[in-house]
Amino acid sequence: MTGEPLLSVRDLKVVFGLDEGSVRAVDGVSFDVMPGKVVGIVGESGCGKSVTTKAMLQLVDPPGRIAAGEMFFRRAGGEAVDLARLDPRGREIREIRGAEIALIPQEPMASFSPVHTVGEQIVEAIRLHARQWRPEGGAVSRSDARAIVVELFRDVGISMPEQRLDSYSWQLSGGLRQRAMIAMALSCKPRLLIADEPTTAIDVTTQAQVLALLRDLQKRHGTAIVFITHDLGVIAQMASHVVVMYLGRVMEEGAVDAIFHSPRHPYTRALLRSMPGMHGETRVALPTISGTLPHPFNRPTGCPFHPRCEEAIAGRCHARVPVLRPVGGGQSASCFLHHDEAEAT
Amino acid sequence: MIRFVLQRLLLLPLLMAIFSILVFVIVEAPPGDFLTSYIATLASSGSSIGAEHVEALRRQYGLDQPIWVQYLKWMGNLLQGDLGLSLEYQRPNAELIGEQLFLTVVLALFSFVLTWIIAVPAGIYSAIRQRSVIDYILTVVNYIGVATPNFMLALVLMWVAFAYFGISVTGLFSPEYQGAEWSLAKLLDLLAHAWLPSLVLGIAGTARLTRVMRANLLDELNKPYVVTARAKGLPEWTLVLRYPVRLAFNPLVSTIGWYLPQLFSGSLIVATVMNLPNIGPLLLRALVNQDMYLAGSILLIYCMLTIVGTLLSDILLAWLDPRIRMEG
Amino acid sequence: MAGAAADMSAAEERISVASNWTLVWWRFRKHKLALASAAILAVLYAIVLCPDFFSTQHPERTDARQAFIPIQSIHFLDDGKWSPWVPVAVGKRDPVTLRMEWGTDPSRKIRIGFFVDGPEYRFLGLVRAKVRLVGPLDPEQRIFLLGSDRMGRDQWSRIMHGTQTSMTIGLVAVTLSVVLGIVLGGISGYFGGWIDQVIQRLIEILQSVPTIPIWLALSAALPRDWTPTQVFFAITVILSLIGWTTLGREVRGRFLALREEDFVLAAELAGCSRWRIIVRHMVPTFLSHIIATSSLAIPVMIINETSLSFLGLGIRPPAISWGVLLQEAQNIQTLALAPWLLLPGLLVIVSVLAFNLIGDGLRDASDPYSK
Repeated sequence: MTGEPLLSVRDLKVVFGLDEGSVRAVDGVSFDVMPGKVVGIVGESGCGKSVTTKAMLQLVDPPGRIAAGEMFFRRAGGEAVDLARLDPRGREIREIRGAEIALIPQEPMASFSPVHTVGEQIVEAIRLHARQWRPEGGAVSRSDARAIVVELFRDVGISMPEQRLDSYSWQLSGGLRQRAMIAMALSCKPRLLIADEPTTAIDVTTQAQVLALLRDLQKRHGTAIVFITHDLGVIAQMASHVVVMYLGRVMEEGAVDAIFHSPRHPYTRALLRSMPGMHGETRVALPTISGTLPHPFNRPTGCPFHPRCEEAIAGRCHARVPVLRPVGGGQSASCFLHHDEAEAT
Repeated sequence: MIRFVLQRLLLLPLLMAIFSILVFVIVEAPPGDFLTSYIATLASSGSSIGAEHVEALRRQYGLDQPIWVQYLKWMGNLLQGDLGLSLEYQRPNAELIGEQLFLTVVLALFSFVLTWIIAVPAGIYSAIRQRSVIDYILTVVNYIGVATPNFMLALVLMWVAFAYFGISVTGLFSPEYQGAEWSLAKLLDLLAHAWLPSLVLGIAGTARLTRVMRANLLDELNKPYVVTARAKGLPEWTLVLRYPVRLAFNPLVSTIGWYLPQLFSGSLIVATVMNLPNIGPLLLRALVNQDMYLAGSILLIYCMLTIVGTLLSDILLAWLDPRIRMEG
Repeated sequence: MAGAAADMSAAEERISVASNWTLVWWRFRKHKLALASAAILAVLYAIVLCPDFFSTQHPERTDARQAFIPIQSIHFLDDGKWSPWVPVAVGKRDPVTLRMEWGTDPSRKIRIGFFVDGPEYRFLGLVRAKVRLVGPLDPEQRIFLLGSDRMGRDQWSRIMHGTQTSMTIGLVAVTLSVVLGIVLGGISGYFGGWIDQVIQRLIEILQSVPTIPIWLALSAALPRDWTPTQVFFAITVILSLIGWTTLGREVRGRFLALREEDFVLAAELAGCSRWRIIVRHMVPTFLSHIIATSSLAIPVMIINETSLSFLGLGIRPPAISWGVLLQEAQNIQTLALAPWLLLPGLLVIVSVLAFNLIGDGLRDASDPYSK
C-alpha cells in the first residue's frame, strides 16, 4: 500500500466502568484505513467491533470511555487530528461527524426518527454541513437541499424520490429504508463511511442489492469505508483489507485474499472453517468453534482465545498476551505460533 | 384521523345521555327532597310553614310527579338550553353557574399551562443530567408533591401567609374588582391572584408529569435514532430538543386525556378551601341542600368538561404523531 | 482471577436456580428507601390493629377548659436521672381579646411512664386491656402530646384512631378494586367477544366520569341516619367503584397478550388443562405487577378519602379519620392559633410517600428485565 492513511487507529482502548467492575470492550486495537479503500472488521458479537466504530466518532456512551490510544484522521484540509483527544461535544468533532466521517447504522428502522419525514432528516444534515455543498460559503436553502436529496435518492436507486422524500421511515420497505440511510450518510460527501452491520436487519435478497449498491457507490465516489460485520461472506465481497477481532483485540489483519487463502491465526482459521462453502460437501455438520464466548467480566489471562484454541501452546498462551506483529505475506497476527513477542506485563 | 374524530363526536351525545341518567339518579337518590331539607332548615331556625303551602310548592316544582317524568322534563329543558331554576336561590341555574363556570375553566387551564411550563423543562433536565444533584432534588420534590393532597398544600400556604405575613391568599379578585365589569385591569388582577391556586391545584400533576417526561426521555435517549442524529454532527442541545424530546412528548400529550379532567374536578377541593369563585363550592352547597337541578346541571357540566378534555388530547396526539394520524 | 471466576459462576448458578419471588425480593432489597417505607407502614398498621394501646386516653374525652393546648413535648430526664415528664400547661385569659393564652409552668411536671395502665379499652374489640404505650402515671391527669383541639380533645389519641380508619379504608378499597379489576378484566380478556365489548364500554364510561364530583354526589346521597360503620363501607365501595377500571384494563391487556405467547402455546401442546395454564402459567407472570400497581393505588385512595372527609362528605364525626381531623384545621384563624391541628396532614403525606416508594420499589423489582 502506498500513500498516507486516511485514518490510523493505534492501540485504542475503550473501557466501560460498571458497578460490577470495568469491562475492556476494546483492548488495544490498531489498524489503518487508506483513502478510497474498504476495510472490513469481522468478529463475533461482543468482540468490540461496534464499540470501535462508535469510538471513531466519539459516540461511546457513558459509562464507556476511550481510555487510551490514538486515532489520527486526515481532515479535508490535510492536517491530521487525533479523534481520541477531541471533546465528544466539542465543535471540531461535530464538524467531522456527518461531513467527513459518516455512519450507516445497524437498524435503519430504529435509526430514523419516526415522527420526522426521511427528507427532513437528510435536509437537516445538508443544511448543517452547508460547506460541503457550498465551499465558497453561504447557506443551503431548504429547497436547494431538497433538490440535493432528490438527486441522492436517485443515486442510491430509490424510485419516485420526490414522493419518498415526504415519507416516514416506517412507511418504507426495509431495503428502501437502508437506501435512504445510505443517502443520508452520503449527503455531505464524507471521505470515510462507517457501515455498522448495514445488512443484518434486512432480508437476504435485499441484502445483496444493498451490498452491490455500496460497492458501486464506493467505486464512483471513491469513499473509504470501514465495514463492520460478523459475516465473512460479506467481507469477501466488500473489503480489500480485513481486521479480525476477538474479545476487543485484533487477532489478525491483512489483505482480503491473504486472510481468506492463508489465514495464520487459529481463530481466523476456525472462523473460516465454520463458514458454509458454495462447493463444499452437503449434509455434513459444519465445524464449530469449541467452547463459548467468555463472560466479559471473565476475560481469560494471556491470549484471549487460548481456552478455545486447538493449537494453544501449553504453559505459554495462558500466561502472556501476544502482540500484533507482521508474519509475512502482508499479514499481521497476534499469536505465539508465529512470533514470540508478548505484551509487557 | 378525521374518521376517528367524527366517531368520537358521534359518541358524545350517547355518552352525555348515559351520564344524564346517571347524574339524575344520583341527585335523586337521597331520601326526601329539597322541600324536606328546606323545612328542616326552617324548623331549626324556629319558623315553620303550612302543609298546604308545602304541597303547593311541591306541585310547582314538579316534585310530586314520578321520577321518570321529572327526568324527561329536566332533559327536555336542558336540550332547549334551559338549566332550570335553583330551588334554593330562586334564580335560574344558568345565571348562577355562568361566570363561575368561566372562572373554573380559566383556573384549570391556567393550572394546566403552569404545570407544563414547570414539568417539561424539569423532566428534560432531570433526564439529561441523570443522577446529578438537581435530578435528586427534583425527584424528592416530586415524591412529596405527589404525596401532598391539594387541600393540605392550600391550608399550609394560607396559614403561612396569614400567620407570618398577615395576608390572605384566598379568592381570585381583589375586593375592588369583585363585582366589576371585565376590563384589562380586572384581567391582570385575576392573573395576579390565580397563580397560587393554580400552582396548588397542579402540584400533584406537575410532579407526575415531570416523572413521566423524565422516564420517557430516558427511554428515548437510548434509541438508535439519537446516535444517528449525533453522528450527523448536530449540537447536543439542538439534537436532544429536536429528536428525543419531540418523541418523549407524545406520551406526555396522551396524559392530557386524564389530566385536564382531573384539574376540572380537582379544582373543586382547592376552590372550596381557598374560597374561589368556582362551580365546585356551588355544587357542594347544592348537594348538601338537595338543590337537585343545580347539582345535576353542575355534575353534567363536569362530565362534559371531562369528555371534551379526553377528546382534545386524542386530537392533539393524532396531530403530533404521524403514526396515529395516518391510520384509518 | 480464577477465584473470582469461580465466585462469578457460583453467583450465576445461584441466580439461575432462584425462584421468581426470591429474585423479586433480592431486587426489592436493594431499594433502601422502600425498605425504610416498609418499616414505617409496619408501625402504621400496628396502630391500625390497636389504636387504643397507642393512645393516651379516650379520643372523644372533651373538656372545654382544655381547648387548644399546645404540644407538650416529652422530657426524658429529670435532674440527669431517667424520669420522663411533660410540663403542665397553664392558661391565662388575655384581658383584651378574652382568648386563652397557654404557657408552661416548669416547676409543675406531669410524670409519665411507658407501658402504664390507663383507662380500660377492648383490644380488637374483644379482650379487655388497660396497658398503654405511654401515659400519665396518675390516671386522673391528661397529657396532650400533640396538643388539643377546640373541644379539648387529645389530638394524639385522635390521630391514632384516625389512622385506623384512614389506613383501613385505603386497604379495603384497593382490595375491592383489585378483586373487581382482576375478575372483570380477566373475564374480558379471556372470553373476548361480546362480554369483552360490554366490559370495555363499561370501563370507558366509568373512566370518563369526573371522579371527585361524582364521589361527592354519591356520598351526599348516603342517608344521614346511617351508622359510622355503614358510612365507612359505603365510602369504600364508592371509592373502589371507579378505581378498578385501570387495573381491569391492564389485566385484560395482559391476558390478551399472553394468549399469543409461545410459552402458553407450549403449555397447551404439553397437554396442560386450561385452568392449569391460567393459574400456573399466566397469572404468575403478572401477579407481582398487580401487587405493585395495587400498592400504588392505596395512597390514591387515602388521599381521596381524606379529601372527601375534609369536605364533610366522607367519613362523618363521631367517626375519626385523618380527613375528619383536618376539618378542625379548616379555619385559618383557628389554624393561626393552633397550627398543630395540621399534623394529621403530615401523617397523610408520610403514609402516601411510604406507599409510593414501596410501590415503585416493587414495580422495579417485579420487572424481570430490569437491571
